[in-house]
Amino acid sequence: MNIFLNLMFEFAKTGLFSVGGGLATLPFLYEMSANHPDWFSATDVADMIAISESTPGAIGINMSTYAGFKTAGIPGGILATIGLALPSVIIILIIAKFLEKFRKNKLVEGAFYGLRPASIAMITVAGLNVAKVSLIDLSAWQATGSVGDLFVWKAILLGVVIFIAQKKLKWHPVIFIALSAVVGIVFKF
Amino acid sequence: MKDLLELYWVYLKIGCVNFGGGYAMLPLLERELVTKRGWTTMDELRDYFAIGQCTPGVIALNVSTFIGQKRKGVLGAIAAMLGFLTGPIAIILIIAAFLKNFAELEVVQHAFAGIRVCVCVLIVQAVLRLWKSSVVDVFTLVLYAVILSLSALSTFTGLLPVKIPAAVLVVLSGVAGLTASLVKDKNGSARKEEGK
Repeated sequence: MNIFLNLMFEFAKTGLFSVGGGLATLPFLYEMSANHPDWFSATDVADMIAISESTPGAIGINMSTYAGFKTAGIPGGILATIGLALPSVIIILIIAKFLEKFRKNKLVEGAFYGLRPASIAMITVAGLNVAKVSLIDLSAWQATGSVGDLFVWKAILLGVVIFIAQKKLKWHPVIFIALSAVVGIVFKF
Repeated sequence: MKDLLELYWVYLKIGCVNFGGGYAMLPLLERELVTKRGWTTMDELRDYFAIGQCTPGVIALNVSTFIGQKRKGVLGAIAAMLGFLTGPIAIILIIAAFLKNFAELEVVQHAFAGIRVCVCVLIVQAVLRLWKSSVVDVFTLVLYAVILSLSALSTFTGLLPVKIPAAVLVVLSGVAGLTASLVKDKNGSARKEEGK
């Protein structure tokens, strides 16, 4: 299939099935990185989350632009993003016609009773995926065989510090992202 | 035509300062659309957000589409969507081009290794934030555990005979939630009958 059509199709699928916004697109992005390793990698997704938190725009939108650009240049970036947006725009245009009924619909409410926990379950797995490339080091563990080498202790320490600091200080995430970059450079992560 | 350009322009501005997405956008939309322009009311905005959350896709984009539609029909919706997308697309294209040239540098790699740790924490916090409104009883807790296991097994191991696509998990959990809530309703009304 033509690469542009393929990009649009894959991102339209993501737009259609990621309910709940924001991080709900993550499982689809990880799936895409496994199915199309030449488009982008799982590590790219982790970096993209950071870039999305530090720039305007939702992660789904940013990721489709980024992946489209990496795969097929500027037109690729634009088409992939429009692909992501199209299904929801069409659905909203339909719903706008009978707004109130949709909100109070028992069936819609019922479906969401199941969709909400499922969505955060899949976001949890996306978190594990980031942990795999940042907090643990499989190759060091395989080389030495000692469990202590499986974990990147300085990364875990940084994670705990950020977690507590964020809870107490409630700064914008972009500040913590910038500080983590500095720590990464200084302590050679 | 002038109205469409205005919609595009207003959403171009909103798209460029929309950090964090989702509800982070509400105060900004209130100022731009309710106070300054009177295009919508606060109550309507809240409804749009509620629906934007339970329809597929990016919430902020769904809300933009609603307002565009309300102002100028289908063309208005498209103008708002394109306006909203223009800023982020341009910014990411610039960053992507930059990363392409500098990603090999050691210092950039160290920076991103540090940033990934922070991303991990951000995701954990997002899950904790959403937990209260999502996992509300035994059924939702079990569903969380089942989807977590299935998704983790297909992502990290070859233990399952087939990798289960995320879209299938979404559809299955929607159907499960619908069934469970219908059963609950039925039991509830049956008990009421007995009480009489």
